[in-house]
Amino acid sequence: SKTNQQQQEQQLYKHYSFIHAGIIQREETSMEEEIAGRHQGCFNLADVMYFSKRGCEAVAEDEVTRRFSSEELVSWNLLSRTNANLHHVSWQLSVVWVTGILIRYCLLMPFRICLAVFSILLLVLATTVVGQFPNGRWVSYFYGCHCRENRPQEGGICVANHTSPLDVLILATDGCYSLVGQAHGGFLGLIQKSCMQTSRHVLFDRSEMKDRHLVRKKIREHIADKAKLPILIFPEGTCINNTSVMMFKKGSFEVGGTIHPVAIKYDPRFGDAFWNSTKYSMMTYIFNLMTSWAIVCNVWYLPPMVKEEEEDAVHFANRVKAVIAARGGMSVLPWDGGLKRKKVKESFKEEQQKKYCQIVIENGSVGNGNVY
Amino acid sequence: MLICVSSFFFSSVSHSQITRLYSRFTSLDKGENGTLSREDFQRIPELAINPLGDRIINAFFPEGEDQVNFRGFMRTLAHFRPIEDNEKSKDQNGPEPLNSRSNKLHCKKCEPSYRSNYFSFFVLRMMVGVNISDEQLGSIADRTIQEADQDGDSAISFAEFVKVLEKVDVEQKMSIRFLH
Repeated sequence: SKTNQQQQEQQLYKHYSFIHAGIIQREETSMEEEIAGRHQGCFNLADVMYFSKRGCEAVAEDEVTRRFSSEELVSWNLLSRTNANLHHVSWQLSVVWVTGILIRYCLLMPFRICLAVFSILLLVLATTVVGQFPNGRWVSYFYGCHCRENRPQEGGICVANHTSPLDVLILATDGCYSLVGQAHGGFLGLIQKSCMQTSRHVLFDRSEMKDRHLVRKKIREHIADKAKLPILIFPEGTCINNTSVMMFKKGSFEVGGTIHPVAIKYDPRFGDAFWNSTKYSMMTYIFNLMTSWAIVCNVWYLPPMVKEEEEDAVHFANRVKAVIAARGGMSVLPWDGGLKRKKVKESFKEEQQKKYCQIVIENGSVGNGNVY
Repeated sequence: MLICVSSFFFSSVSHSQITRLYSRFTSLDKGENGTLSREDFQRIPELAINPLGDRIINAFFPEGEDQVNFRGFMRTLAHFRPIEDNEKSKDQNGPEPLNSRSNKLHCKKCEPSYRSNYFSFFVLRMMVGVNISDEQLGSIADRTIQEADQDGDSAISFAEFVKVLEKVDVEQKMSIRFLH
């Protein structure tokens, strides 16, 4: 019955992730099918239409930018932040909503704030004195940990999909890790500084190129020493909204250790755990968390994986990514999470042009014969 | 404002479609000033890697302007709405709907002007990038014009262009299915 329950949960998450009430119905045909299939692949004026249509589809709705904002829910969970004027609110529903507000803001939140203040003071004090990492239960969260026998015991690298800093908290309550991540300022920076005093963590700035090499070197040294804690890394490099797993950066997959994949999936019905750092500061995010119903999270520890002989780091990274996405009921995207902040590289456009040329040159003839 | 837009486009565009597209418009509008600039479009990765991406982006902007408002945004996208059955039997004397077949083809900004070799060469160049030499590209462009040119004036008129595309299901190729 345990596997039955797991299956049911997975189905549930799949339902919420994949039933996306979208704006348009996208064509799923590839460039090859559209262009080559039509007319022996010669250049045709109508090829322009293929690109035009694809382009306009991307304007109306695209797969990448919607991962960087909160997931749109199929049915409203009485939080006004997830409504965005898309659901009709009747007066009966409004009454229920107001009741919800009273419960969340007047009951749950003050209680959580008291706990938070207490825990944070304790954290700062304790880390300077004792050197243990206490767990702050200042958000009510429930987590189900599955397959705990797969937890990293000694050394190794733990990789997981990333949705918010909460991921760290949740995993840390179930084991101790050395963290690798982006250095932040402000409130989160304060927490990071406190944690730095208790164990060895690697903080870096993602925009610094030399930092990356240094990080890789440090990771190698760390896992070579079996007495050290396992490292926790989020290869996506940034927070994604928990509906899909984006490109895993190959850095952690080429240092050659055992990889322990972990899938983390939040139930969106109770609260939105995604930290949209471009929109909300850490304090606003915490406030939103405290005024949600709850944070419900499922954590799956997956069997350890090792890079095979002939495999390269990118292929290995994709393999791990696929396993995590399958378990968590999320889709897989080849796009880089870094596109949240920076533009896509020109080389990808050149790839598309090259692909088009290949179709037109290989099948048809560029130099002679029919154009249609 | 949303009501104005919906009356502009006949009753077949649903309120929820407009709301969704407005939500999309505001999410693209990073500057939060009610208009989109070219950078806002280029931030969409799938559009940025499209060989004709720049040309498509230009189609949204009115002549010589750098900002597009929601009305302009909807107007360009409306070209891609499929023709509904009930629209086909509409009053023949009424104004031609934006998404009619000939408007899809004739959209001056969306379609390259095939009236001169220069423009077709330019669009071809955008699609193939650096992978084909100038000479080869020139000869393709020439041949394309020659094949379609019926009246021998070394240019393709709109009527000739339409004839060329008779075999192509323009309605299906240039339609985006909007969900309700």
